[in-house]
Amino acid sequence: MSGLAAYSTSGGEAFQFWVLGTVAVIGALCTVFMRRAVHSALCLAGTMIVLAVFYLANGAYFLGVVQIVVYTGAIMMLFLFVVMLVGVTAADSLKETIKGQRWLALLCGLGFGILLIGGIGNASLSEFSGIGEANAGGNVQGLAARLFTTYVFAFEITGALLITAAVGAMVLTHRERTERARTQRELAEQRVREGTYLPPLPAPGVYARHNAVDIAGLLPDGTPSDLTVSKTLRDRGQVRDVSQEAINDLRAMEQRAEERLERKAIDPPTFKRAEEASK
Amino acid sequence: MNPVNYLYLAALLFTIGATGVLIRRNAIVVFMCVELMLNACNLAFVAFSRMHGNLDGQVIAFFTMVVAAAEVVVGLAIIVSLFRSRHSASVDDASLMKL
Repeated sequence: MSGLAAYSTSGGEAFQFWVLGTVAVIGALCTVFMRRAVHSALCLAGTMIVLAVFYLANGAYFLGVVQIVVYTGAIMMLFLFVVMLVGVTAADSLKETIKGQRWLALLCGLGFGILLIGGIGNASLSEFSGIGEANAGGNVQGLAARLFTTYVFAFEITGALLITAAVGAMVLTHRERTERARTQRELAEQRVREGTYLPPLPAPGVYARHNAVDIAGLLPDGTPSDLTVSKTLRDRGQVRDVSQEAINDLRAMEQRAEERLERKAIDPPTFKRAEEASK
Repeated sequence: MNPVNYLYLAALLFTIGATGVLIRRNAIVVFMCVELMLNACNLAFVAFSRMHGNLDGQVIAFFTMVVAAAEVVVGLAIIVSLFRSRHSASVDDASLMKL
């Protein structure tokens, strides 16, 4: 690719483009349409890795590596951390606040895409000069020469920007405590005064066979108690309900016993009692 | 294949990102779509750099990456502090200034 002008790249690159380009577009679509933020983040990471491969294929070796290290390594992990912090209620609501907004947005996107692609199609870009000559002294060396001569002022401004961003993030996430933290005694007194729930909350998983935080403890009448599992698990809908399990076991055991004794279901009273207990 | 195909791909990714910003209400996902748009621009810059045979496009893409990193740091800090005060990451809930 050292010639002045070329009209076509190698067939291998074309194959790579069509395969990985498809992956990139699918990843981007999944980023937009996945309901959970974690899935969106993972799809976006995939798209970014594909873009890194494209940078390498285009002769931008430094940017390709930086893309993997900075974007998929640092930025996407930062996203995942924030999803972890915020993610309890991260699933989107599907209710539209503005009527017809979604379809209008899709229409706008479609129009915008047609406009962009039509613009590119109208430009006469049939020949290209290739990066080989510019990369002759090494891609990193060439970039460094540009960066520290032509673009040195922008580079220094970038330093100021990074410092500002770091300080800004610290200022935004730091919380100054404006009042004294309440002591345990004050909290206890407040609970007594309000009279809502005096004793400590009951423990989860107090069920004869299971012992896990995602299993609600059972009340005397066999129904699960919401007080026993943490609010986070309740919000995520990850609470397991085992209140029916004992009854199901009993039922299965009775059925097995009946089969062994070759007794047809002639005495339903035991059965009925089990069902009543479940209600 | 002509490198102009990279431009078409960049335009497509940018459009998908822009549509995502308009459609989604979760602030984190909106932010991810903005990142997607920035990446599409970078791809266009790198492709232009190859088509013109000089490294200026790559330098601009490098600056875009730096700015994107700074933007992510501040933006995610804003989302976290918003979540702390409103207990929601939805962009619809941040409507205090609405009449």
